[in-house]
Amino acid sequence: MPGLGTSFGRGGATTAQQDLARSDCILIEGSSMAEAHPVGFRWVMKAKENGATIIHVDPRFSRTSALADIWVPIRAGSDIAFLGGIIRHVLENDLCFREYVVHYTNASCILRPEFRDSDEGATGYFSGWNEEKRAYNHESWLYEGEGLSYPKRDLSLQDARCVYQTLKRHFSRYTPEMVEQVCGIPPELFQKVADALTSASGPEKTAAICYAVGWTHHSKGVQVIRTAAILQLLLGNIGRPGGGIMALRGHASIQGSTDIPTLYDILPGYLSMPRAGKDEETLQDYLEKHTNRTGLWQQFPAYFVSLLKAYYGVRATSSNDFGYAWVPKITGDHSYFSFLYKMLDGEMEGMFLMGQNPAVGAQNARLERKALSRLKWLVVRDMVEIESAAFWYDSPEIERGELKTEEIETEVFFFPAAGHAEKEGAFTNTQRLLQWREKAVDPPGDCRSESWFIHRLALRLIEKAKASGEPNDEPLRALDWWYPETKDGEPEMEAVLAEINGWKTTPEVNATGSVFTHDRDGQLHHGPQIDEYEELKDDGTTASGCWIYCGVYASDGVNKALARQSNDYLGHGWGFAWPSDRRIIYNRASAAPNGKPWSERKKLVWWSAENKQWTGQDVVDFKKDKSPDYRPDGHARGLEALPGDAPFILHEDGLGWLYIPEGLQDGPLPTHYEPLESPVNNKLYERDTNPVENWFTREENRFAPPGDTRFPFVLTTYRLTEHHTAGGMSRFLPHLAELQPEMFVEISPEAAVGLGIKNTDYVCIVTLRGAIEVRALVSRRMRPLQLNGKTVHQVAIPFHWGSAGPIRGDVANDLMAISGEPNVTIMETKALVCNVVPGRRPRGKEFLPWLDSFAPQSGPAVLHPEQPPLGAPSGGKLESGHGQHGKSA
Amino acid sequence: MIGEGTQSTNQRKHSFAQDHVEVGFFTDPSVCIGCKACEVACKEWNEVPDDGFTWTGNSYDNTGHLGASTWRHVLFVEQDRTKGNQIAGPMSLGNDSEDPFRWIFLSDVCKHCENAGCLEACPTGSIVRTEVGSVLVQNDVCNGCGYCVVACPFGVIDRRPEPLPDAGGAFKCTFCYDRQKSGLTPACAKVCPTESIVFGRLDDLRARGAARVRTLQGQGYDDAQLYDPQETSVGGIHAFFLLLGEAEAYGLPPRPQIPTIYLKSSWAAAVVTAIGAIAAVGAAFSFFA
Repeated sequence: MPGLGTSFGRGGATTAQQDLARSDCILIEGSSMAEAHPVGFRWVMKAKENGATIIHVDPRFSRTSALADIWVPIRAGSDIAFLGGIIRHVLENDLCFREYVVHYTNASCILRPEFRDSDEGATGYFSGWNEEKRAYNHESWLYEGEGLSYPKRDLSLQDARCVYQTLKRHFSRYTPEMVEQVCGIPPELFQKVADALTSASGPEKTAAICYAVGWTHHSKGVQVIRTAAILQLLLGNIGRPGGGIMALRGHASIQGSTDIPTLYDILPGYLSMPRAGKDEETLQDYLEKHTNRTGLWQQFPAYFVSLLKAYYGVRATSSNDFGYAWVPKITGDHSYFSFLYKMLDGEMEGMFLMGQNPAVGAQNARLERKALSRLKWLVVRDMVEIESAAFWYDSPEIERGELKTEEIETEVFFFPAAGHAEKEGAFTNTQRLLQWREKAVDPPGDCRSESWFIHRLALRLIEKAKASGEPNDEPLRALDWWYPETKDGEPEMEAVLAEINGWKTTPEVNATGSVFTHDRDGQLHHGPQIDEYEELKDDGTTASGCWIYCGVYASDGVNKALARQSNDYLGHGWGFAWPSDRRIIYNRASAAPNGKPWSERKKLVWWSAENKQWTGQDVVDFKKDKSPDYRPDGHARGLEALPGDAPFILHEDGLGWLYIPEGLQDGPLPTHYEPLESPVNNKLYERDTNPVENWFTREENRFAPPGDTRFPFVLTTYRLTEHHTAGGMSRFLPHLAELQPEMFVEISPEAAVGLGIKNTDYVCIVTLRGAIEVRALVSRRMRPLQLNGKTVHQVAIPFHWGSAGPIRGDVANDLMAISGEPNVTIMETKALVCNVVPGRRPRGKEFLPWLDSFAPQSGPAVLHPEQPPLGAPSGGKLESGHGQHGKSA
Repeated sequence: MIGEGTQSTNQRKHSFAQDHVEVGFFTDPSVCIGCKACEVACKEWNEVPDDGFTWTGNSYDNTGHLGASTWRHVLFVEQDRTKGNQIAGPMSLGNDSEDPFRWIFLSDVCKHCENAGCLEACPTGSIVRTEVGSVLVQNDVCNGCGYCVVACPFGVIDRRPEPLPDAGGAFKCTFCYDRQKSGLTPACAKVCPTESIVFGRLDDLRARGAARVRTLQGQGYDDAQLYDPQETSVGGIHAFFLLLGEAEAYGLPPRPQIPTIYLKSSWAAAVVTAIGAIAAVGAAFSFFA
């Protein structure tokens, strides 16, 4: 998420899970950590054993709540209001860690006089709003003066236009009373949380915040994380042991899937994906646009050119812009949902599905399954025949007659895939940790790994491209597909890792520090491995597949992802954490500006005056020999431009950003907006919903207006320990299937009485998109909330079931709408509205008329007053990408 | 303790079987997160079949109870009581004062009794006591008579129904005897992420359990107690538990007894009845005489 990226510099968790044990207080919100990350939760339990206060804020009393000291029930989708309330409490009562805030954050930076806050007049819009384009012009959000390097600061924090004062004004309306009315949290309980967090702040204490997709899957997900980042910066908890923000990733290698992305708009290492258009026409234009004058991103050209050298090898030279022309360029929104609509409209012919089951896992899954039926061909690689491979003969649409097998022309190619123990490679987990996975057994039968499949596919495509001679195929012909193979025909995965780490490009015979020196044709391919990303050059002499991973397979020839002997509490010696095995990033902040630890209890790294370098328990995330009293001369560039007390080295100013002058589409400060579907209007601002949101307006993807009496319940979704996401890896295994064999909804006794239902009864959950049948699990673990005198019932559903396998159930995503958060195009699945209808869902042809009686399936596409009409600009995006500021699922 | 990593008794290799040391499980619900990894690891290692796909609607518990095909079973107990000093509120509408709630998870298992009802009832010698003090069913000897099923005071052991593999025989937790012989920790303890299940020397664990109860009581868990019935005829158990509240809430008998203690009284009753019958017959004959 760019929430972390823009606030601190890197889009990854700032700490390691082991370090949670050193916390004095842990706030878990937007995550049921005990359920979805049970192994990491041991460190939370360890902290609890050491006396830390564990707080869980969640609509549901979950298995995490059961172990917490404080459980706070909250209305789904109101997290910014709650955290904003705590921020206001900190600012109003002067409870921030002042020395940290003054020196390490941009609290002192002066903003432009033309900047207008969303709070002025309570409009909910910042300055720069363009109603026609449905996007902001970000000019007025910048610091006063030129650029972001060397900003003007007022260290007394008194200037009315400094970030600190702006922040204070912005959050002044987030009072405990407001929190109560918006979130349904009583002031006394709010006070307990605020006290627990603020008392675990300062030189002697730290608090950590853990979140997962309960924060990201919102129409303002990035800004929820931003709110947490502001709070942690104010409390002085970033870069310090026991502090930080732990972004708990959804499954294995989700962090890895953004580091080396499966996203359309970034390249490995959070480099911006080039865009078609004038300002990125040539390599020079592109580099100029993305290179910062100061901070670590001043080296952007070195990272990017090294990536091109990894892609194209000797064919990338300074005379052909290192093959910049071969890199695909973005021409629009190429996110998954855009593809989905293109499929529906017959504009997309085929699709490869690997590690994904959209017939169950994608939002508006009814629409998704219909979209699949309009493809000409579909390749599915999975361990079992998942719903996305079987939709053409076995799906709710076939059963209801909405689709007919004989009319579907999609040719489905099902390839059996190897499981995780049947293949080799690396995962990058939650804490930026690369862990090598050795192959334990051969996959059965024809099952093959992804790497085998991609490798074979690439070889064939390149061969075809060579034969064709078409100019369009030049990018394929240019690829340096050098990977040596094992005897089973798999590419050598360690050779891939070696390329990711990076090497000097000039081949040397028998050079020390070289690994996998020869390509598949037996030719000498490259020189010695590099050790650090500092060695990367923009002149083509180095190559690196992902600059942030440099060091994982360095010139010592050791695959550090495979290291298995942890030798300290942070786990050094076990795997490799990017960057440069730093376990807690921005850890310069663990010492005071003078370089001494803030306290003995919370020391991590410090300046050793005798040795003239930083030392301590972690690899320092700073220039090792930069003295705390170093001051740049005002003309210096790169890291030289950052003073000795600026821990956030990726930012131009070296500071942690309470306020985001550049990099976000929907505002420099978090603002509470209601979910796209909400039972109430926005209590804080005139605007109900995030103005920059992409609603993906379409007739089959409609949203209920605020307070729609047909859909009185708040619906949220969650994951069970017993199952894995769309279920492909769990529903088909009897030992997991028996533990949670049927789809259900959690419902409070109060709501059950109102509906006249009992525990285990069948009920249907209905939204404008669809209806599903589930069993009612009535429990006091769900509680009704009072919002401003209105009683609101919340219901919660897991999302693991589908129509294939031994345990079958309706698909939760049939209920969800497709929507796109403005920064990362993520959908809102954690807060919407629904109806609960007692009884079973009609089968067959009777379903649609029945659904129509609860959720009319025809009529205008736009029902929500703030939703733009069909064909309006999608808003927000396209100005600049997620690159540099980082993102992840 | 949590976080000891490879130093934990759950992760270290051991030689308890070679050294004939009495071992045990200490299961502590105050740190259990209800993840059921113990249930799955047990089934995977011991090749226990699934128990059927039945959703119960009883909290998150869908395996129901211990039996021939469930050797570890996590109970999910929802109670209107407070757990230690936990603040969990507001509880319900219009009543945010005294309306407590808690959710407790406890991983239940065969107790491996000091005096085991199943072992005493077994007529074939299939059930034996091992060198580590555990009670083991030898399935190749078991003839499926089912005497052990009714003799267990905890309802642990059961015969496996058709059509499951090895149907008819009696099954229960083996304490991973095969793993222990190789110096390995039982599968359930090995995978427990929060060390709610601890495996180790029985005497160590008893001391540890007692200390844990004191700690919890100091932290506001007034109803924390050990469940280790040593005074009853069971004579203590090798898999003992820390409980929050009464044993009955977890389906555990407060005073478990093995059936053989009733032998004396039932034999006495039989003798009295026999004498009475003989006397009555004699009296009847003397009447005719």
